[in-house]
Amino acid sequence: MAEFSLPANSKVHTGKTTSVKTSATKRAKTFRIYRYDPDKGTNPTEDRYEIDLDKCGPMVLDALIHIKNDVDSTLTFRRSCREGICGSCAMNIDGRNALACLKPIEDVKGDVKIYPLPHMPVVKDLVPDLNTIYAQYASIKPWLQSQSPAPSRERLQSPEEREQLDGLYECILCFCCSTSCPSYWWNGDKYLGPAILLQAYRWIADSRDEMTGERLDNLEDPFRLYRCHTIMNCTQTCPKGLNPAKAIAEIKKLMVARAG
Amino acid sequence: MANAYPIIDHQYDVVVVGAGGAGLRATFGMAEKGLKTACITKVFPTRSHTVAAQGGISAALGNMGEDDWRYHMYDTVKGSDWLGDQDAIEYMVREAIPAIIELEHYGVPFSRTPEGKIYQRAFGGMTTRFGEGQARRTCAAADRTGHAILHTLYQQSLKHEAEFFVEYFALDLLMEDGECKGVLAWNLDDGTIHRFRAHQTVLATGGYGRAYFSCTSAHTSTGDGGGMVLRAGLPLQDMEFVQFHPTGVYGSGCLITEGVRGEGGYLTNSEGERFMERYAPSAKDLASRDVVSRSMTIEIREGRGVGAHKDHIHLHVEHLDPAVIHERLPGIAETAKVFANVDVTREPIPVLPTVHYNMGGIPTNYHGEVINPTAEDPDRVVPGLMAIGEAACVSVHGANRLGSNSLLDLVVFGRAAANRAAETVKKGAAHKTLSQDVTDKALAHLDHHRNAKGGTRVAHLRLEMQKIMQNNCAVFRTGEVLDEGVELMKGVWEKRGDIAVSDRSLIWNSDLVESLELDNLMRQAAVTINSAANRKESRGAHAREDFPDRDDVNWMKHTTSWVDEKGAVTLGDRPVHMYTLTGDIDVIPPKKRVY
Ligand SMILES: Cc1cc2nc3c(=O)[nH]c(=O)nc-3n(C[C@H](O)[C@H](O)[C@H](O)COP(=O)(O)OP(=O)(O)OC[C@H]3O[C@@H](n4cnc5c(N)ncnc54)[C@H](O)[C@@H]3O)c2cc1C
Ligand code: SF4
Ligand code: SF4
Ligand code: FES
Repeated sequence: MAEFSLPANSKVHTGKTTSVKTSATKRAKTFRIYRYDPDKGTNPTEDRYEIDLDKCGPMVLDALIHIKNDVDSTLTFRRSCREGICGSCAMNIDGRNALACLKPIEDVKGDVKIYPLPHMPVVKDLVPDLNTIYAQYASIKPWLQSQSPAPSRERLQSPEEREQLDGLYECILCFCCSTSCPSYWWNGDKYLGPAILLQAYRWIADSRDEMTGERLDNLEDPFRLYRCHTIMNCTQTCPKGLNPAKAIAEIKKLMVARAG
Repeated sequence: MANAYPIIDHQYDVVVVGAGGAGLRATFGMAEKGLKTACITKVFPTRSHTVAAQGGISAALGNMGEDDWRYHMYDTVKGSDWLGDQDAIEYMVREAIPAIIELEHYGVPFSRTPEGKIYQRAFGGMTTRFGEGQARRTCAAADRTGHAILHTLYQQSLKHEAEFFVEYFALDLLMEDGECKGVLAWNLDDGTIHRFRAHQTVLATGGYGRAYFSCTSAHTSTGDGGGMVLRAGLPLQDMEFVQFHPTGVYGSGCLITEGVRGEGGYLTNSEGERFMERYAPSAKDLASRDVVSRSMTIEIREGRGVGAHKDHIHLHVEHLDPAVIHERLPGIAETAKVFANVDVTREPIPVLPTVHYNMGGIPTNYHGEVINPTAEDPDRVVPGLMAIGEAACVSVHGANRLGSNSLLDLVVFGRAAANRAAETVKKGAAHKTLSQDVTDKALAHLDHHRNAKGGTRVAHLRLEMQKIMQNNCAVFRTGEVLDEGVELMKGVWEKRGDIAVSDRSLIWNSDLVESLELDNLMRQAAVTINSAANRKESRGAHAREDFPDRDDVNWMKHTTSWVDEKGAVTLGDRPVHMYTLTGDIDVIPPKKRVY
């Protein structure tokens, strides 16, 4: 993935260093963490925390929680499930987007550099503002649409039809993918980006949904879909092993097929 | 106080606090009925803890063998160890069938049978013909059922254009003259304070698993609704009943669904013995959760635990066809790999009973209306206040919840609450007056925590409480250990005054959020351990070694509990509803509970 870069007006200054290492510390590790305090309005800093890995669990999230609990309780980040299913703790760790709760600390050689998801406005520290991307999600009408009246029992769907949803429905809306996509960085206001396009395809692929035509119409636009240049960052970064680039390619194929 | 915190006012017909399965089902149900509805949530809806539910949601659809809602009712009553209210249970198991069909119509990506119907798996305590056979009743979307359902419910909420206030932290109920008139909330994003007026306020804030040291639940499962109710001087119910799930991953506490055993997985001790055959000869590994957790605990205590410290148990799936694992249990294969470094197709998963679910909560009737019992009227409704989901105690789970009955509880009572609100709330009706004092009291609570300048870190006090609950209010309990826990909790309560919050900002001050959450957790921990010390019998998840038998004469009743600002707990009780809703089924009379 491309080296992480910041918008011009947010140069990151060197911040404070806090060490809780002692002579007894056997496994010391330095975390370099992006800090931004909205109340001060000053430039963000990169603060250093030297901690003892024997005092916390194995994942990057465990280290963040240890720092918050025992070292600096002003450190701010989102977290909830701690098992990679809620999508809260997406952040840029060691230059790659990842879920902090699934990222082993030992995978990072040297200092662990932690920044918020790239190219999103930052509310505070590691908390990005995701409102635009949530609105983009709503814009694709991500719910089952059909015209035929629902039967009295469940709609039937064969195991093979259901299998078409595998690799799509599992998305946790963490946005690791979209915020690693250069096209999304530069055109995030108009291009929907991999996460949302994967979701769009999830409904197109569902045998129960009857609005494929309308869904494709909604994407038929120079920006919403066609800014994807198959750079594949999205697929490489997805912490759930999903393949948004492939979903996008499938949508493009359907576009060609129906034009054809 | 009001000057220090400028307030933004909102008026709604109904306000739902919480956007998990219960909150979302209520939210769009109310919006659909034309009520002006707001949903306040401290995390973005799809990040709510419901997303982590794995195994499935129960309903007697009979897609994979014979089934009947009456069997489901029997199992639920038996599972509850006869502490569940039978009118509410009948309501839930009957409504289950249309509720699941409705979920499918909304688009939930359920796994499928060869005929294309919803796939159903076996789960603990779920039987056919009143205990004779093993039922296949738990509808599943692989092992990601909660994720599938929660995302679908959020999608429906988008469809119905419900109004969300995301990353708003609800602080306190606005209670006046015994009536709930709304809720005060803090917008984390910009630090503003919001006063929501509503004719019905619905608490759907989830469980309080984080009162314990090791739990399967999320960091955000802090039972804020229960905390608000206790601060309002209202009682909680049946708080001594805390479910330990048999299979949390040793170490991290992450859940391995019971669906694993439903698909053929089994437990062994250090001798390689399938010990559940001894404790539950007919249901074996699929006995009810309380039974399996106790059996595991006994094995470990008697020296037959596995591992270097002989302190956990093995869960096996290596014998299953890898294709089955891939299709039906892909998520747990991943979890076992990440959190226990185990390849489930080759080696067993190290597991331990782990705090998982709160049967107790805010007492309600089956419409979701909150109850504030009196001696004359044990079913007295609190005007303007409802509660649903794990935050509530309807009580359909009684002393022990069956797996897959909670997701069901969420959607059935979320919908029931929407229906009830549509009946009781007049759209657009004017709001009654509300004195500024009520708001000021809630603000004072916030301000107190915000300016806490003591010497004890929030996280450290929380840890102290969690350790006490873990040690003194566990799978097996005795009067002595519980009484010691009660005293220790008093000590923790005294340290509340010495809390330190170091972030003073109002924007995304998660230090302050955690302090407010700790306040909510501590109140619930206090009533939990006091209720447990008080109940001198064993029933469901509450296993007293000094009172090993169930005592229906003295204890077939719900516990009610209050706590004051000094941490003093008051206990009361309320009769169990030993009657059904309709004549279609007779009351299921108590008998000895064997699996
Ligand atoms: C790991 C795991 C697996 C499970 N698997 C199953 C299963 O397979 N089948 C089953 O039936 N049950 C299962 N359960 C139980 C079930 O998932 C939960 O009981 C259920 O999801 C709780 O849902 P809820 O809607 O009540 O609350 P939650 O989903 O916990 O949601 C709570 C909501 O309240 C909001 N909230 C809380 N406090 C505040 C506040 N102060 N201000 C604003 N908003 C607030 C949160 O933002 C959130 O939106 C499982 C539980 C766990 C822990
Ligand atoms: S493949 Fe498309 S969506 Fe994915 S990173 Fe590249 S440009 Fe972005
Ligand atoms: S596709 Fe993957 S990376 Fe993208 S939002 Fe979904 S889970 Fe996250
Ligand atoms: S905390 Fe939920 S994904 Fe990391």
